[in-house]
Amino acid sequence: MSTEFWRWTEYRKTMPGADWREAALLTAGVDVGSVSSQAVIMADGKLYAYSSMRTGSDSPRSAQNAMDWALEGTGLTLEKINYTVGTGYGRVNVSFADRAITEIACHARGANFIYGPSVRTVLDMGGQDCKVIRCDEKGKVTTFLMNDKCAAGTGRGMEVFADLLQIPITEIGGKSLDIDEEPKPVSSTCVVFAKSEATGLLRSGWPKNKVIAAYCAAMAHRVVSLLERVGVEKDFAITGGIAKNVGVTSRLAGELAIKPLETEYDTQLAGAIGAALFAHAITKKAKAGIK
Amino acid sequence: MISAGIDVGAKNVKVVLLRDGEVVSRSFETIGLNTQAAIDGAFAAALRQIGAGRGEISKITATGAGRKEVKFADGELTEVGASAKGVHHLFSSACTAIDVGAEEGRAIKVDEKGKVLDFAVNEKCAAGAGAFTEAMARALEVGVEKMGELSLKSRTAVPMNAQCAVFAESEVVSLIHAKTPKEDIARAVHDAIADRIVSMARRIGIEKDVVVVGGLAKNAGFIDSIKRTLATDVLVPQYPEYAAALGAALHAATPTGGQ
Repeated sequence: MSTEFWRWTEYRKTMPGADWREAALLTAGVDVGSVSSQAVIMADGKLYAYSSMRTGSDSPRSAQNAMDWALEGTGLTLEKINYTVGTGYGRVNVSFADRAITEIACHARGANFIYGPSVRTVLDMGGQDCKVIRCDEKGKVTTFLMNDKCAAGTGRGMEVFADLLQIPITEIGGKSLDIDEEPKPVSSTCVVFAKSEATGLLRSGWPKNKVIAAYCAAMAHRVVSLLERVGVEKDFAITGGIAKNVGVTSRLAGELAIKPLETEYDTQLAGAIGAALFAHAITKKAKAGIK
Repeated sequence: MISAGIDVGAKNVKVVLLRDGEVVSRSFETIGLNTQAAIDGAFAAALRQIGAGRGEISKITATGAGRKEVKFADGELTEVGASAKGVHHLFSSACTAIDVGAEEGRAIKVDEKGKVLDFAVNEKCAAGAGAFTEAMARALEVGVEKMGELSLKSRTAVPMNAQCAVFAESEVVSLIHAKTPKEDIARAVHDAIADRIVSMARRIGIEKDVVVVGGLAKNAGFIDSIKRTLATDVLVPQYPEYAAALGAALHAATPTGGQ
């Protein structure tokens, strides 16, 4: 079998020093995206454990797998979790969730947690869509705009290029900056056209790094036009898988002339973190109501 | 007097030679590594067919996205202009020309003299162009030239939700996994492109007769989808992919001589 350059390593983590047994409230958020799925477990509103996996053709199973993996080795079981919120494109397929909330709301809430309350504009660059969300200091959505019709500006488009150039997807950003001169972007409106342009450039002798730079620039340009339609208010933050691609984020920052916030957190977790935080807030409210 | 029309598209070069207003030669070459080589190759092949030398060609008009690459042309014509001219010559009753190439789709409204009244172009997205069928044929593992025939066997309409060719490819793979017959998928593919093109054409208004040209017009499945989407019959010339090259050759043959 040939190498799949688009494929990234799936992962899970339990936060060091954290113990769920000491927590009063355990909540979970499961984000079933079109390309990847994440499960996040929170203990009293703090990140406890998480997993990130490829979404298979079977969404209900992808949700279950991500959750099982996040729980793995923690001694914690699904029954002990007080409340679970499902989100993402496959949110209705999270059978064990108590409620489904849109990924727009969850991403804004998650970005607020990851990057802090100063975030006003969130750019979520997902596998098959791209969203610009404006939010307030509580992470509540004020307005948003979304492109889910076209692969240009999405992770899927980047995967097409990873395969074409045979560069592992996680190395694309770095390689795209290792060039002598910034090339002109390829087509920013269509991945299919960009791919045929790139094939021509490779044939004419362009090095791979320069071709991938031209695609990263095209993607940044495409997203900037989406951002400009909503308007960017500072602070600006990027979530989703492409946030990890410095080739796109640095060019995006250059074109916008606004530097995005940085974080130690995994940006792909934003949706699931937001969902787990909603679960936490819902449970807390319910408990307060009873007392 | 021989005049030549050279149409340099996104994927192929097409050449038409006219002698006293009659087509005497047609040739075609796919652009590989080198556009220039494909232009020279197609032009030389067209000349060979009638045993003519380059000196015998009085005027040459270039058209298509790559028309600037034809260094030896005497004049040039836009794709819309060339297509309208070719279509009007082929069918003087034409009021609407739909021209779908590898990476571009056009709808052109012409008057009874073949003059362009209005047009709409999609050059931004593969969803309304031949590249879409090619990508889907690859996903189906069917030769692109077999797609038309295959789709005509379909008796069931399967909806295609994705607009984008990249997303549609994943959808086709899912349909294959769901054991959807290939002919139904092929029809869904053609219906999807037809839908895109017809909605673009509606922006300028569709009037009969409707003539469909360009490389995709050779695909009988696509023509069938266009007819169903428009709910009207359409005219297709015998060599639809040469319509713009013909228009360019006609332009070269005019007294102003391809200027």
